[in-house]
Amino acid sequence: MSLDNVQWTELIVFTALFLVVSVMGFVASRWKAGDTLEHLDEWGLGGRKFGSWITWFLVGGDLYTAYTFVAVPALIFGAGAMGFFALPYTVILYPIVFLPLLRMWSVSRVHGYVTPADFVKGRYGSRPLALIIAITGIVATMPYIALQLVGLEAVLRTMGLNGSGFLGHLPLFVGFLILAVYTYQAGLRAPALIAFVKDTLIYIVILVAVIYLPAKLGGWSTIFDKSAELLSAPGANGAPKGSTLLTPNNQLQYATLALGSALALFLYPHSLTGILASKGRNVIKRNMVALPAYSLLLGLLALLGYVALVSGAKPITNAATGRPDTNTIVPVLFDQQFSGWFAGIAFAAIGIGALVPAAIMSIAAANLWTRNIYKEYMRKDATPKQEAKQAKLASLVVKFGAVLFIVFVDPQFSIDLQLIGGVIILQTLPTVAIALYTRWFHIWGLVSGWIAGMAYGFWLLYQIPNPAAGKAHFGGSALTLDKLTFFGWEPFAGSKVQIYVGFVALLVNVVVAVLVTFLARKLRKPNGVDETSPADYHADEGDPRLKAVAAH
Amino acid sequence: MASGRPSGADRTKSMGLRWNAWNLLLLVPLAMLFTPMLNMDAPRVFGLPFFYWSQFAFVPLGVICVGLVYIKTKDEPVVTDKPDHLSVDDLDEGGKA
Repeated sequence: MSLDNVQWTELIVFTALFLVVSVMGFVASRWKAGDTLEHLDEWGLGGRKFGSWITWFLVGGDLYTAYTFVAVPALIFGAGAMGFFALPYTVILYPIVFLPLLRMWSVSRVHGYVTPADFVKGRYGSRPLALIIAITGIVATMPYIALQLVGLEAVLRTMGLNGSGFLGHLPLFVGFLILAVYTYQAGLRAPALIAFVKDTLIYIVILVAVIYLPAKLGGWSTIFDKSAELLSAPGANGAPKGSTLLTPNNQLQYATLALGSALALFLYPHSLTGILASKGRNVIKRNMVALPAYSLLLGLLALLGYVALVSGAKPITNAATGRPDTNTIVPVLFDQQFSGWFAGIAFAAIGIGALVPAAIMSIAAANLWTRNIYKEYMRKDATPKQEAKQAKLASLVVKFGAVLFIVFVDPQFSIDLQLIGGVIILQTLPTVAIALYTRWFHIWGLVSGWIAGMAYGFWLLYQIPNPAAGKAHFGGSALTLDKLTFFGWEPFAGSKVQIYVGFVALLVNVVVAVLVTFLARKLRKPNGVDETSPADYHADEGDPRLKAVAAH
Repeated sequence: MASGRPSGADRTKSMGLRWNAWNLLLLVPLAMLFTPMLNMDAPRVFGLPFFYWSQFAFVPLGVICVGLVYIKTKDEPVVTDKPDHLSVDDLDEGGKA
């Protein structure tokens, strides 16, 4: 690997900050420590006692990831207004999940649930149903962790650590190894503590960037006018690359992608981890009011895609794949426009911004593995101590898997991979979210709906090409309506209007679930045993019904 | 766990789903998804096209809606087995507000 292009000032600032958070990660195991770390309540949920501030930083650090920093502006850089879906996504998110999350917290505290699949098992008493929820959660989380690595690697390559082959990925390995070790040690307390640093850095960087850069480049009005001109140039398939306003064809995609992503986000096991780690319903309520502060930041950040476009920044060619990587566009912008030390801080913000969610995601995936597969199928008599041990090991495996993902899959598709994950996780909505309110759906219906939604979603994703990347299949999540067929019936033949695949798949899922539920009821099939009672869904801190934390 | 259950079918039923009209406010932010109404360049504010600043305007609007629901539903009873325990919690919350 050549070190000629290394930006030393940036690299030194970055490394210093990275080392600071690494030390914090290792110290975290003693922060607010309970009696033992050898219980999933402690390792995997930080003792279930985080207050409003910690939860705000933790959940904010968890939801607004390196994906935010790197991929959303990259999308706007490439296509314009469509990429701005990330703002409505994170605005409508909180009103939508406000009530269901409170119910999820309460029922989980009463029964000691650690994962969404734990809840499903308790609610329906069905092991197969809980298993498919657990597997869906793990499979959907893996590319999401990989996406965080893409963010980290984009920064490393911008700083000049842009080698090819194995050496090119070496810095990533080192960073991730450190992360893996302190997550193993400290569990959820590590990302919770590091999130304070991450979010503070991010707020500083973004506020400076959105005030300083537009002023330097002639103001927002000029930036938008020039962007509109640049985006109207023909792209890979002859059509304009994008536009600064939505077109008649992508408005539906914009709305359904925002809505679908919002519905999906808290179905991800890692989002729920942050919620279940909080100490009470009021903590969650306050956070639903306060978390949109991050959304504001995200919207501003997204606009940096236009700033990068106008500034003439060119994405760096990834030496590992040999193609330009648009995910490097924001790092390149910072590299060109800021002095070395501030760019270093910005890169550290992105890099640490990747570590926090990656840690939480691997913990959540490990919790799922341990609670719903290992304990359920492999060692039914596992003690809490053995569970914690197993989860720690699983978190290492998950992270290693994510690194392999990055090495073998083109980072250019990171955002699409995450969108595929979104399609997958959305299929658990009836079983996890609707079940919080009603047991009307039958187990048979839920399983059939899940199968139908998954199969149809994958089939649709397979048919989507991406001319810009030269791919015939799995090229994105925007489906043109004329490709929508149900057993040969094409309801929208000829239409070029686009829609989010996950949304279509979810509709199919729900329709099948309803039909099969009617059928199963007609046949009088038993619908499992519900161990929860209606009052469980309203229990709050101080309630004697709550299960003791880390009880053996 | 769950040693004591609410006594009487009435209480169980009333604890299942609670209707509160204030919760309807949670639907308001969804209006930002009706892009045909918002997808315009003019008027610009700080140089931002209408589409962008109107989307941004929904951030504080969303905060207000969720915040109002939080404040207006604060006095909903939390579930405890001991009535006196419940009233202590409520007094606490009342004191803060």
